[in-house]
Amino acid sequence: MIEIEHLTKHFGSTRAVQDVSFTVRRGEAIGLLGPNGSGKTTIMRVLTGFFPPTSGRARVAGYDAAEQSLALRRTIGYLPESVVPYPDMRVRRFLQFCADVRRITGPRRAQRIDAVMHDCGLREVADRLIGTLSKGYRQRVGLAQALLHEPAVLILDEPTVGLDPRQIIEIRTLIRGLRGRTTVLLSTHILPEVSMTCERVVIIDRGRIVAEDTAEALTRRVEGENRTFVRVDGPREAVGAALATVPGVDAIERADGAAASGDTCSFIVHSGTGETVRKAIAAAVVARGWGLVEVRPLALSLEDLFVRLVTSEAAARGGAGFAARPLEPSDRP
Amino acid sequence: MTCLALFRKELLSYFVSPLFYVVAAVFLCLSGYYFYTDLIFFVTFGFGMNILENFWQLLLVDLRLVMLLSMPLLTMRLFAEEKKLGTIELLLTYPVRDAELFVAKFAACAAVFGVMLAGTLLYPIYVQVIQPFPWVPLIAGYLGLFLLGLSFIACGIFVSSLTENQVVAGMATIGILLLFWILSWNEAATSPELLRVLIRLSMFDHFQTFARGVIDAQDVAYFVFFISFFSFLTLRVLESRKWRGRR
Repeated sequence: MIEIEHLTKHFGSTRAVQDVSFTVRRGEAIGLLGPNGSGKTTIMRVLTGFFPPTSGRARVAGYDAAEQSLALRRTIGYLPESVVPYPDMRVRRFLQFCADVRRITGPRRAQRIDAVMHDCGLREVADRLIGTLSKGYRQRVGLAQALLHEPAVLILDEPTVGLDPRQIIEIRTLIRGLRGRTTVLLSTHILPEVSMTCERVVIIDRGRIVAEDTAEALTRRVEGENRTFVRVDGPREAVGAALATVPGVDAIERADGAAASGDTCSFIVHSGTGETVRKAIAAAVVARGWGLVEVRPLALSLEDLFVRLVTSEAAARGGAGFAARPLEPSDRP
Repeated sequence: MTCLALFRKELLSYFVSPLFYVVAAVFLCLSGYYFYTDLIFFVTFGFGMNILENFWQLLLVDLRLVMLLSMPLLTMRLFAEEKKLGTIELLLTYPVRDAELFVAKFAACAAVFGVMLAGTLLYPIYVQVIQPFPWVPLIAGYLGLFLLGLSFIACGIFVSSLTENQVVAGMATIGILLLFWILSWNEAATSPELLRVLIRLSMFDHFQTFARGVIDAQDVAYFVFFISFFSFLTLRVLESRKWRGRR
């Protein structure tokens, strides 16, 4: 549904996007993940026909973004990043305007306006001026206009930015509800968002694709090892030594954070396998008469994944050598 | 359909903002004051063979100044505001042709200007009640004012499409329009050859014919060209996003 081939976009001497290629299949939801300024918005603006690429091509539903922009714009719904739709228009009037511009006529017009106002929770503010609405409501008005014409492709630039937690959950549920029917491309720099709403993730950094896969596969690819968090009530040095000798353990790492209290000490154990090592650790600790306070596997979070992918990419490019640095687990206690 | 929706949106945004009411009020107050003083002047010192015809001519020329100062305030927001708010990104990613967008904005502004200009018709109606007079020359004068107004709008929209700052757009428009007014003023400083060219270019010399109650095809052609030229430039500016940054 969306095909991007060797897309490059320069603004003067700034290279916003460099040689990006990926495809999104019909009905698939894909997340564009990257820090601010990594080129997400630029890719989306090319896809919506707002401006053409410097080189390469982008096609949505078979229409070339640069050459068949008008036909392309009929098939997409787009939520631009932090755009306040006309502040001096009322919500209902704005949606009526959008329906007219998109040539939605007859009974379908009222029916669609009503449907998106319901889906986006806008009924109670239907007659308020958009400019007087809170950020969350404005964002929902933006989403409503993108959904109004039941587009085959939905392009959402940071759809949940500025929303409160409850609204974020609502919007994510709404987006998840579109899966299968609508092809969704959404961008975010909030990592858990993609794993919650998208089947596939494209990670970009400084205008280049760093990785592209499902969230689970990416985790597996980067992980390649298991990490176990162990907290023991016992003498630190002895516990460390004992853990290092447990069969299957590759390395141990001290992990006494701010939460370290009293006599307990914490370690992160790196190993090839997960479950058997955890059993062996528990047995070893108990056999020595120490108190086993906590044993739990550490999953690599998307934050970790991102840091690792981006830093290893930077190391490969610049030889900075910090890819070898041990990963900082974000869920260290 | 699309164009009509855009037109309605533009018109609505004029009528919900205080700017339009302020501009219209100032326009009508100043033109009313001109009408009053011009009328008193001609009643007191009336000269020429046809007093009323000279009076209308003076009033139309005075209205031109009020328009010059008020029209840029109506055009300055048309694209600059959309750029500032970012709503231009919404509009340009809707299935809307650039030309439709331009025509909608131009037509909405022209309609608003038409409403303002219609307000000044009160003056001839008032005179007609007291002292009936021939309307035909005045209608020619109003056609001239309307063409002049459309030219101001075309120029104003173009400047507005270049910037996202409304004040910059307004001021630059006033500057360009004033230049077209004073272009042929300084006869002493320009050579006779150059002066002939400048008079051809001067918007207000072309308006003068209309003010006298004469519709000359040359002058109509001048305004049509002026409007088309700036419309063409605006469409090129809108289009420029498609080739800027392209190799």
